[in-house]
Amino acid sequence: MAEVSILMMGENIIVPIQVELHDRAAMALQEDILLKIEETGASGLIIDVSAVSIVDSFLGRLLGDTARMARLMGTETVLVGMKKEVVITLIELGMIIKDLHTALNLEEGLKLLESLKIERVREENGA
Amino acid sequence: MDNEKEQQVKEISIKSDEDVIFVRQEVRNLAKQMGLSLLEQTRIVTAASELGRNIVVHAREGKAFLIKVEKGDRQGLKIVFRDKGPGIPDVQKALEEGFSTVGSLGLGLPGARRLVDDFAIESSPLEGTTVIIIKWR
Repeated sequence: MAEVSILMMGENIIVPIQVELHDRAAMALQEDILLKIEETGASGLIIDVSAVSIVDSFLGRLLGDTARMARLMGTETVLVGMKKEVVITLIELGMIIKDLHTALNLEEGLKLLESLKIERVREENGA
Repeated sequence: MDNEKEQQVKEISIKSDEDVIFVRQEVRNLAKQMGLSLLEQTRIVTAASELGRNIVVHAREGKAFLIKVEKGDRQGLKIVFRDKGPGIPDVQKALEEGFSTVGSLGLGLPGARRLVDDFAIESSPLEGTTVIIIKWR
């Protein structure tokens, strides 16, 4: 079974999803990501779905849950590269993925990630 | 009266997560072959993923039949999902699920229905569940 690579780039974890994930593989990936956060103390997570052609309700919910779980561990998450066909289909499917920040591509995603981290520090300092 | 023709292309056994991925790939291949746009391909493959998953999660096993249909000069991709599972206790209610249940414990039927052109469902504890979807070109 092909594996999804989890890369470290400075303080950020980058996960480019490039294979079709069945439900169990997606859950295993979620665990692997959280383990990586635990091991590295990464402050940011980028999930790159630009190579993903199908996001159904299971994967959609899993991505949202992963971001929420990461946040509990002190990590901000940005989803990047969602294809327009996937976006249209997810909305038609009725999926409203809450609390998930998104960006068009990796570059924009990294910028957003940095501003989210700054915002978070302000929040925690009661600004 | 339009002539209606059907040609079964594939029968796929669904017992596991991996089988659902296989269904997705086969549906995508057929949809592409039939000339559906990328958006339409995405819609029907996503609908197939939802319905295939329902079989794995609720019925443990079932089948998907991929069928080419022709009605007059229209061409369509029809998929029949059939299982001998416990059936859906209240089909009407399942078809009226709110958005909040998509992706949770709901069956995602209204969502799948929105993604396709024709949608039909029959379910009973005795016969199991059959869902038929069609996407026309």
